[in-house]
Amino acid sequence: MIAQHFEYTVATSLGEAVSLLQKYGDRAKLLAGGHSLVPMMKLRLASPEVLIDIGRLSELSYVMEENGALRIGALTTHHSIESSEVVGRGCRSLAEAAGEIGDIQVRNKGTIGGSVAHADPAADYPATLLAFDATIVTLGPRGERSIHASDFFVDMLTTALEPGEIVREIRIPVHSGRSGSAYLKFAQKASGFAICGVSAVVDLDGAGAISKVAVGITGVGNKAFRGAGTETALRGQQPSPGLLRSACEKAAAGVVALDDIHASAGYRLDLARIYARRALEKAVERAG
Amino acid sequence: MKYVGQAIKRKEDPRLVSGSSSFVDDLALPGMLHTAVARSIHAHARIKRIDISQAWKLAGVTAVVTGEEIAGKCGPIPVAGEIHGMKKPVMHLLAVGKVIYVGQPVAAVVASDKYIARDAADLIEIEYEPLPAVTNPEKAIEPGSPVIHEQFSDNIAYTFGFETGNTEEAFKNADVVVKERFVNQRLAPVSMETRGAVATVQAPDRELVIWSSTQIPHLLKTQLAVMVGVPEHRTRVITPEVGGGFGSKLNVYAEEGLVAYLALKTGKPVKWIEGRRENLACTIHGRDQINDVELALKKDGTILGMRAKVVADIGGYYQLLTAIIPQLTGLLAPGAYRVPTFKFDLVGAFTNKMATDAYRGAGRPEATYLIERIVDCAAQKLKMDPAEIRRKNFPQPSEFPFATSGGVVYDSANYEKALDKALQLADYAGLRKKQAEMRAQGKYMGIGLSSYVEICAMGPSVAMPAGGWESGSVRIEPTGKVTVLTGASPHGQGQETSFSQIVADEFGIGIDDVFVQHGDTARIPYGIGTFGSRATAVGGTAIYMAVQDLKAKLAGIAAHILQSSPDKIVFEDGKLIAGDADKSMTFGAAVTQAYIARNLPPGMEPGLDRTRFFEPSNFTFPFGTHVCVVEIDEETGEPKITKYVAVDDCGNVINPLLAEGQIHGGIVQGVAQALYEEVVYDENGQLLTGSLMDYALPRAHDLPMLELDRTVTPSPVNPMGVKGVGEAGTIGSTPAVVNAIVDALSPLGVTHIDMPVRPEKIWKILKGRKAS
Repeated sequence: MIAQHFEYTVATSLGEAVSLLQKYGDRAKLLAGGHSLVPMMKLRLASPEVLIDIGRLSELSYVMEENGALRIGALTTHHSIESSEVVGRGCRSLAEAAGEIGDIQVRNKGTIGGSVAHADPAADYPATLLAFDATIVTLGPRGERSIHASDFFVDMLTTALEPGEIVREIRIPVHSGRSGSAYLKFAQKASGFAICGVSAVVDLDGAGAISKVAVGITGVGNKAFRGAGTETALRGQQPSPGLLRSACEKAAAGVVALDDIHASAGYRLDLARIYARRALEKAVERAG
Repeated sequence: MKYVGQAIKRKEDPRLVSGSSSFVDDLALPGMLHTAVARSIHAHARIKRIDISQAWKLAGVTAVVTGEEIAGKCGPIPVAGEIHGMKKPVMHLLAVGKVIYVGQPVAAVVASDKYIARDAADLIEIEYEPLPAVTNPEKAIEPGSPVIHEQFSDNIAYTFGFETGNTEEAFKNADVVVKERFVNQRLAPVSMETRGAVATVQAPDRELVIWSSTQIPHLLKTQLAVMVGVPEHRTRVITPEVGGGFGSKLNVYAEEGLVAYLALKTGKPVKWIEGRRENLACTIHGRDQINDVELALKKDGTILGMRAKVVADIGGYYQLLTAIIPQLTGLLAPGAYRVPTFKFDLVGAFTNKMATDAYRGAGRPEATYLIERIVDCAAQKLKMDPAEIRRKNFPQPSEFPFATSGGVVYDSANYEKALDKALQLADYAGLRKKQAEMRAQGKYMGIGLSSYVEICAMGPSVAMPAGGWESGSVRIEPTGKVTVLTGASPHGQGQETSFSQIVADEFGIGIDDVFVQHGDTARIPYGIGTFGSRATAVGGTAIYMAVQDLKAKLAGIAAHILQSSPDKIVFEDGKLIAGDADKSMTFGAAVTQAYIARNLPPGMEPGLDRTRFFEPSNFTFPFGTHVCVVEIDEETGEPKITKYVAVDDCGNVINPLLAEGQIHGGIVQGVAQALYEEVVYDENGQLLTGSLMDYALPRAHDLPMLELDRTVTPSPVNPMGVKGVGEAGTIGSTPAVVNAIVDALSPLGVTHIDMPVRPEKIWKILKGRKAS
């Protein structure tokens, strides 16, 4: 459990981080909270030659609401998100997802930007970021880009980040009115990562019908995905236990599920169905 | 005030919780070098070539050793547990010619720091010719299986068996026979502190000093002296704080020999600290038995006989006690019941995996699981209440000492009393009523019992591979302070506190006037160690005996001075009181007389220092009943423990706080076997649970508050009437949990479910029911 030899350098500004990344190219990795990268290095699954520490860029640690969107700096810790009143109000399932990550020590160090850039297929955030139609703002040699969450998570441990790009901010449109969200997870017993994690967001109209609905599912496939079939079956309908149940039959339709010593593909798919319904029930209840 | 029986806080804790104490890895010696081990990536392969040139080129590397070098200079890994006729492969500290499990040490690097050592170890190029791996123990012993140790004809490490009474007759006469296969999965002990050792050669007499995180400093000293060829009287083992062992440090490992060899070779202190991945792959594993069990009964539930066929997975080779652990399963298999006839057949199988050995309970959890499960299977078949079938077959208190068909003699017990107390505490009748209500609503709720007995206080030397006695020394210093030296080597159990309580009470002095030392072979008389729930019952008794000798001597001194007689002297409140003469002197004054030595009774030697060796006449047999209640999520299959009651009887209790702590930890580990833990190798012998991201340990929030109580049945085997409590929780809990889950699912026709009972296994059963 000892990492291979590496060089360590500290970036004192975001611009310097970008230029250091350019300078070292493939040989370098960014170090933020270190709670995805460092375990990989200790297991010798990752052996970067250079670590660029961006963990001291305090200007990237913030949560604010602006023009109907939540803006979360990439270096905001899971604990800050979990305990943020702004997040809890406008985006409760994100706070719940943050609170499901690791333990308190991990949440005090790990950052949302680091987690998102790592793109673990069983991480908690992607389900919620997909469900809230979040945007990942990056900074690179060619300036800023805004990438929609559904385009950002490409595959297992693979994102749309280009060489030299840094995750700068996460932007999440805030739902107003009768809206509710919830994140529920069936955790892998050893790691605590999701075997199935579902984030549901529901908006109700004046008549109590579902005007907007989104279901994000993580841990089941090689990347997080939206339960499109379920959403279609619910849109415009009055929520009822029977409807939620039948709509969730299609929660993971067409998805090739992961299969490992912790859960078979069949079990994961069934958990997606069960947890989608449970998360939706909670979101509907919260939408009031 | 009497200390024994009081819940006194641990003397050990202030230094541990404040982080001011030292573990092996805290040790820093001038000029210390660090070693890292290059390990096999194959489960079974011939070593074609080892190229150390790249490792040598790394700046800071001072030595690289391979099996070729070391085999001629160092003895093999010692094996103490032997079974008659067993095959004995020789295991060198580093592999020679071939490797037989993933993680086997192949070469070692010594460097100026641990980072360089690790990088250099990765630069050693080892060329292998892979051979077919054997991972399934039943397939391993079939004819035609690839043979792991080519000097032998097959992978059968040994066979062992016995029959008590005529089982064939019993099964012929039975109304009912139940039969089931129980798999006791492989577990990793995972002590919080991994293994580690530092060795150095000290001037002026070239004493070889080894600091090791071990449970057995003296046995380790003897074995290492022989292994590396240093005379034993110039070999010293010190255990600093040891962060848990659970049996895994009741052993002598290749790396301990390696650091000793490397310190002798380099002339410098050498440190090795095990990483967590090494800990999961290369520290002994526990359990791993397949048990085919049959129970013959009359239709009223009376047990007539039992047959158990056991295949034990040895792993690739034997560690210190590997071979004899599954034997203990046979001794204890009849459990807390009258089982008049019993046939036990055991086969040890070599496989391409890490060796199994003693892990908390060591052979007895397997026994308890098989008897407690098969008794439940019988109750289910006979439609009897699980509590009643148990009650029916308990031997009565008057029948003790009770000779079992397992071949041991239980010391003392009242099984029914513990059962009744547990049922009452759990409100068993109320639980059954609630269960019926929940079942009516289509919900799955189960109640599981386990009325266990265990073998503790190991043990009489005739039954042990390397001595079952223990030493205890008590020295009263001239100022009246008492130094206690114990050969048992506690590593978290709290004997510094409980032994102080015993000694303070006997002398009538304060607990802080007693200081317990352990874990340094240069300071402590030869001892055996801490394992098998023995430290108090055997080690504590040795101390108790030494105290009695010193009390007799002090009473002689006091009687002489106070003009009384020794048998009239009472030790109380820091005084020696001559009851008959209404005179007294302080404890300190009597002690001073022993050292000034001007006015001693005629013929008495000066000084107050006594060492005793206690040889127990038998094991002790603690027992109890655990009740576990589970509710199952009918969609996901997740079992949730909603109530857990444990009534344990470990004889007289020195410190209830320590006893409960042992029960708590034991239950959690036993529940974890039932629900979470499993070492998984794939068919090629690759370890799939090689980190704590994949090997599931229990967490505090997995369990409800445990409800504990006890009955007290003193043991007649030792003067304090204590039995031992270190493993009870682990032994009693596992079957209670599985019994509860099977009970919950029994309306679906479920009669058994293998451990670990992960939610998916239950989900499959629930799914199957929906499909049909």
